[in-house]
Amino acid sequence: MLAVDGVSKRFGGLMAVDSATLSLHPGGIVGLIGPNGAGKTTLFSMISGFVAPTDGRIRFEGTDITAEEPHRRAERGIGRTFQIVQPFAGLTVCENIAVGAYLRHAKRADATAKARDVARRVGLGAELDRPAGRLTVAGRKRLELARALATEPKLLLLDEVLAGLNPSEIRDIIPVIRGIRDEGVTILMIEHVMQAVMNLCERVYVLAQGRMIAEGPPAVVCADTRVIEAYLGHGAADRLKAEGAAHG
Amino acid sequence: MTARDLIPIAVLTLLAALLPLVVTSSPVLNFLVFMLIVALGAQGWNILGGFGGQFSFGHAAFFGTGAYVTAILQLRYGVNAWAGLVLAVAAGAAVGWVIGFLSFRSGLRGSYFALVTLAFAEVFRILANAASFTGGAAGLLIKLDVHPANLQFADRAVFYWLVLALVAAVLLLTRWIQRSRFGAQLVAVRENEDAAKALGVNSLTVKLRAIALSGGVTALSGCLYAQYFLYIDANIAYGSWISVELLLAPIIGGVGTVFGPVVGALTLHGLGEVAKQFAGRIPGIDLIVFGGVLVLAVAFARGGILGLLERLRDRGRGMVTRGPKEVSHAGR
Repeated sequence: MLAVDGVSKRFGGLMAVDSATLSLHPGGIVGLIGPNGAGKTTLFSMISGFVAPTDGRIRFEGTDITAEEPHRRAERGIGRTFQIVQPFAGLTVCENIAVGAYLRHAKRADATAKARDVARRVGLGAELDRPAGRLTVAGRKRLELARALATEPKLLLLDEVLAGLNPSEIRDIIPVIRGIRDEGVTILMIEHVMQAVMNLCERVYVLAQGRMIAEGPPAVVCADTRVIEAYLGHGAADRLKAEGAAHG
Repeated sequence: MTARDLIPIAVLTLLAALLPLVVTSSPVLNFLVFMLIVALGAQGWNILGGFGGQFSFGHAAFFGTGAYVTAILQLRYGVNAWAGLVLAVAAGAAVGWVIGFLSFRSGLRGSYFALVTLAFAEVFRILANAASFTGGAAGLLIKLDVHPANLQFADRAVFYWLVLALVAAVLLLTRWIQRSRFGAQLVAVRENEDAAKALGVNSLTVKLRAIALSGGVTALSGCLYAQYFLYIDANIAYGSWISVELLLAPIIGGVGTVFGPVVGALTLHGLGEVAKQFAGRIPGIDLIVFGGVLVLAVAFARGGILGLLERLRDRGRGMVTRGPKEVSHAGR
């Protein structure tokens, strides 16, 4: 469904993403993990069209979309959330979500109905008439999710929707994400909360210093020497193994 | 749109339409017509600036285009005044689209966009002042020929009703924008352009539509100005005074609201007239009042007069529902 092929992004002297390759099949949840500054969000921005790649191609359902504008990609069915939440602060929750719903519903009544429906699904049903600027952090994360969902995406890019939430809020939102997957939406999520990654993702990609260094089921990837070293530094894998042997 | 959206517009328009039956003095009618022409232009500004968040400092570019197009078409080409009015609106929309295309496509926002619009208006003013085609510094005098077919009326009240009808039509247009997909997308672009794009909003198209509509409505007010006073020159039609008036009225009345520009124009010009009555010997006293009102609005009424009224109403009601709202305020 999505094929990212050798995509790079250079910001001046910094190679933020260095020929990363990633491919997604319809259905399921795939994770994108990696240490801070690895280039995960930049890669997301290239998939959703906010940043133009310096090199490489991106195809969605067989069509080359590398040069397409963000709104065209949204029309094709690529939805995204922002790591730093971007609510329309002056509008109510319902109006916020309706902007997304208007993509596929031209009439106000239809768009509003869709918005209410989506709000209920992500647990914002009680806050429809609240100004978005007055939501809690957890509420704003849900709003990001709701707006993207309202565009009825085929592929949903979630950029750290769990960051900043407390454990009970995370517990509440995980079933919501699973529910979205069960309706047939393919999900690619950037996430630091490993408990959630282990729980949700069938497969993860690991990005470190702009390079894709590993790919596979979460349990396998987490045991991968290169992944451990990317997070904890050179030699960390050996030290861990030695410690493990000593304690064992 | 529902009946609840339309009734306030209908009631206020009808009440305003009854005024000339009570008030027959010419200076008062003159004042009302001028005030409504400013309100109409301000409504145009409000579509782009209020709903779209693109603050223009140069709406004189559209006001002047409306005025000059109708005057030149009548004087040089003998075009009928009503046809001139329609063409003036089209010209205003076209100028809006071109200015929008040039500035939005290069990603100009905020103060940069404001400065570019100001520059366009000034260029137009200088050109109109220099070219003989536009009458140069002497300006253009539309021939006095009182006949409804020439958009000139013997009775000031008729012109008043005409301008009022157009103001009401734009109130309806604005209400429609507020309730439509286009309006929702326009407001989304104002609030957060990147988030809007991610939701499939083509921000360039939306902004271009807004500036074309805005330019058309403001050109309409310029055209009516020329038709009522029958004289324009570059400093009137393209002068920065009108740019300032057109953005002050919505800011005072309530930016991004349906009635804001009309309330603002009425307040500003009403206070200006009162000040002139009491201190007529001080030149520019009305401008001092404008400045004072602006300072008050910015300091104490961010949403303009309508925003202030809404807050007072909420406070009145708030006795019952205050609890949870106050908590969330404190939490921020």
